[in-house]
Amino acid sequence: MARALIKVSPNPKRGEIIEIKTLISHEMETGFRHTNTGAAIARDIITTFVVTYNGEEIFSAQLFPAIAANPFITFHTIAKESGTLEFRWTGDNGYVASEQVKIAVA
Amino acid sequence: MGETGKHLGGPASAGTRRQLLQLASSAALGGMLPSLAVRPAAATPASMQSAIAAVIGDAKLNSGRVKLEIPPLVENGNTVACAVAVASPMTATDYVKAIHVFNEKNPQPNVISVKLGPSAGRAAIATRIRLSDTQTVTAIAEMSDGSFWSQSVEVVITLGACLEDPL
Repeated sequence: MARALIKVSPNPKRGEIIEIKTLISHEMETGFRHTNTGAAIARDIITTFVVTYNGEEIFSAQLFPAIAANPFITFHTIAKESGTLEFRWTGDNGYVASEQVKIAVA
Repeated sequence: MGETGKHLGGPASAGTRRQLLQLASSAALGGMLPSLAVRPAAATPASMQSAIAAVIGDAKLNSGRVKLEIPPLVENGNTVACAVAVASPMTATDYVKAIHVFNEKNPQPNVISVKLGPSAGRAAIATRIRLSDTQTVTAIAEMSDGSFWSQSVEVVITLGACLEDPL
């Protein structure tokens, strides 16, 4: 279904601040547009994005229609221990997508 | 020859042509009016202020510590790179709790709100946003001590995000 791309250094050093880049394909229909006949196009966006690191929430974002299509979000975290980063996007019309990335901390 | 001349210059045909043009223009006007009526109310600087007030409450909004990076001149408002970095040591006792971005003239004043913690290491985020018009974008950082810091940037948009374009 939805295609997500995550870029994160796979082998960071312990205590290193790592940058995590995320991109997910979603058209982010604003709900402010109309068709030729004047009918409103219903809003269909991703509303929340949550990231957990070994079960602990490290980042969350609330998105609005002003976020461009295919939401791209970059943030940072400290590489504390080896484990799993879990990314979860939820949105309108029951939209749910999730992705996992394993990192090995040296 | 004579027939064609009559058609082009005859008073009768000029009259019908004028009527036809009037009819066409009134039809166009009629078609335009409903689309103007359904245009959503754009966010105003006042609605941005009330959205900001909803986040910061009665706290004082200081300027500084926040660095909002948006190109000053943007050709396409549909995707505008937007990066926010906050000067903070990000320790367990002094860190950035949240970063909010607001705009003045999109249909809605909010752009994004993120929650951070000391485990972020660095309070810096980047995303891509939509801007419908030339306007001011404001980023606000909420610190763990309850203070709020902000920076505003003026962005010139050549082609706004197509909010009104029919499909």
